[in-house]
Amino acid sequence: MNRTVLDLWVGFFVAIGIAALLFLALKVGNLSSAQLSETYVLQAKFDNIGGLKVRGPVKSAGVVVGRIAEIRFDPASYEAVVVLNVDGRYRFPKDTFASIYTAGLLGEQYVGLDVGGDEKMLNPGETIAKTQSAVVLEKMISQFLFNKAAEGQDNK
Amino acid sequence: MPTDILVDIEDLHFAYDGRPILRGIDMRIPRGRVVAIMGGSGCGKTTLLRCIGGQLRPSGGVVRFGGDVVSAMSEKDLYRLRRKMGMLFQFGALFTDMSVFDNVAFPLREHSALPEGMVRDLVLMKLEAVGLRGAGRLMPSELSGGMARRVALARAIALDPMLVMYDEPFAGLDPIALGVIGQLIRRLNDALGATSIMVTHDVHESLAIVDYVYFLSEGRVVAEGTPDEIRTSRDPFVHQFVHAEAAGPVRFDYPAPTVGDEFLGGRRHA
Amino acid sequence: MPDLFKPIRRLGHAAVERIWRLGFATRFLFAILQHSGMAFLRLPLLLREIYFSGVLSLVIILVSGLFVGLVLGLQGYETLQRYGSTEALGVLVALSLTRELGPVVAGLLFASRAGSSITAEIGLMKATEQLKAMDMMAVSPIARVVAPRFWGGVIAMPLLAALFSAMGVIGGWLIGVVFIGVDDGAFWSQMQASVDFRYDIVNGVIKSMVFGFAVALIAVFEGYDSAPTAEGVSRAITRTVVTSALAILALDFVLTSFMFRGTS
Repeated sequence: MNRTVLDLWVGFFVAIGIAALLFLALKVGNLSSAQLSETYVLQAKFDNIGGLKVRGPVKSAGVVVGRIAEIRFDPASYEAVVVLNVDGRYRFPKDTFASIYTAGLLGEQYVGLDVGGDEKMLNPGETIAKTQSAVVLEKMISQFLFNKAAEGQDNK
Repeated sequence: MPTDILVDIEDLHFAYDGRPILRGIDMRIPRGRVVAIMGGSGCGKTTLLRCIGGQLRPSGGVVRFGGDVVSAMSEKDLYRLRRKMGMLFQFGALFTDMSVFDNVAFPLREHSALPEGMVRDLVLMKLEAVGLRGAGRLMPSELSGGMARRVALARAIALDPMLVMYDEPFAGLDPIALGVIGQLIRRLNDALGATSIMVTHDVHESLAIVDYVYFLSEGRVVAEGTPDEIRTSRDPFVHQFVHAEAAGPVRFDYPAPTVGDEFLGGRRHA
Repeated sequence: MPDLFKPIRRLGHAAVERIWRLGFATRFLFAILQHSGMAFLRLPLLLREIYFSGVLSLVIILVSGLFVGLVLGLQGYETLQRYGSTEALGVLVALSLTRELGPVVAGLLFASRAGSSITAEIGLMKATEQLKAMDMMAVSPIARVVAPRFWGGVIAMPLLAALFSAMGVIGGWLIGVVFIGVDDGAFWSQMQASVDFRYDIVNGVIKSMVFGFAVALIAVFEGYDSAPTAEGVSRAITRTVVTSALAILALDFVLTSFMFRGTS
């Protein structure tokens, strides 16, 4: 077998193999968008996080500004502590409101940051004071039914 | 010990899976000679060769090569030793994915850092010695049995070994190729100043070229001598072997119960 | 008299035989690692094996990847349509391929294309005494024949799996976007939002490396351990394909339970 021809084929093979890996990394995965910039940590406490998952997105005004790094249970306050990795390019005011939203009716849950008007900014490692827990569908439905029933009784 | 003994075998035993194959072999092979080891199929001839090459470890006894004990060597020492040995396998064992030229060049390229030009000259010399200088570009699948054997021979002598071993060099060859190989073995041995051990059951062809013959049967040396002594030997085993007789010490029938027991006694079980 | 214990004895014998072979295979792996120097010092040897197990498997890998992607696109669209979330087709196709189908199916194809031919090659070299001849020429068959084939397979496999996944994604895109008409932007952006580089793609590549290692080891071992006859070689080839398939699926389960536990 001719060595040079063989080398050409192996080179071709390795090149398109690496191209496929790059394609997966850049075009299919999110290597290009989410993980390039520096991040800092913020914390938020919630009564109930619903179905929130680690690595879920953190959005502000609908733009992804970070990822959920860790979720743990605080045995002192019986609350859920959610650690957020936030993109270093963005800073948020002290009175930012953290809520858990659902993307669409059945979509994934994410943390939304609604910006307030405070002039002081949150420093890395600080905890967001104002939070709103996840809307749990069962609770909402039962509350709705309860209210309806109560209304019915009032009208009599 | 006299220095003109190249291979010295003392009381060699070998067993495979508890089944004894060699049971006490003594042999002395002097430098420069062509020695044949003969015997029926399955008498342990090939096993003996592989013990000399160190590919099998004997279960007892000693094999010495030029004074070094082969059977006690480490893998590394064995590999160093084998550079001084060449071996021709039964059907050549040419590397099927390489051309004839690359086959012969293989030991040179593996064991020396010679420039490619010199490798080429050496390979062509070896191929010339077996009369196949023009066949370098062919692949092993394009060769006849006799040609493949000659290429393998050229490969076996590529490093100018002190000892060349031949495992059934005549098996499956037509009479012309057989004569060619026989003459080559003798001529190359004398030209290289090497020593040759040949395992074979081809009596007449080997008697024509060798200096000394050992007869093996059931793992023992049963007869030995120069070709002339063998031809005139009155030993019943040698006589049977040389003259290819069916009746003699070597039995044609595989051990079995007597005919009476087998055919009449067998009924009882049915 | 019939031997009532024969089946039990046979079972015991088979079990001991398996364990024996497993031990031999482990020792064989160490021998390969020990003799790997030559494979990396003499690049032409390694390149030749990458050619045989990688380049020659390209066509089957690319074509199968494309078809698997096409099927995933069709089936995924059918299912997602019921929930009105066809934009998630990209996510579904990409995640199934990078996490599971890419490494596993590429591994199975690799075992039957490259693995079987490695076994056949080594088995035939053994049957025709080429390995013994090499050993007599003071060249270690493990260093010269086995190790380059092993490493060639180990190197080729992750690249093949990546190609398979990439082709699959393109296949899914062809069906979803070009033929059915899912929105092109949504297809890619949803995919990029949900497929994590480290979590999904790196884990998939790790899987394919493990599979490549397993298949290459099984293939060279079965070839080296085959009975030196035509029948022995053909049986060794069958064993390579069967054992590789089982090993890939079992390893896939183990790796998946380590890698993708709990989260999303």
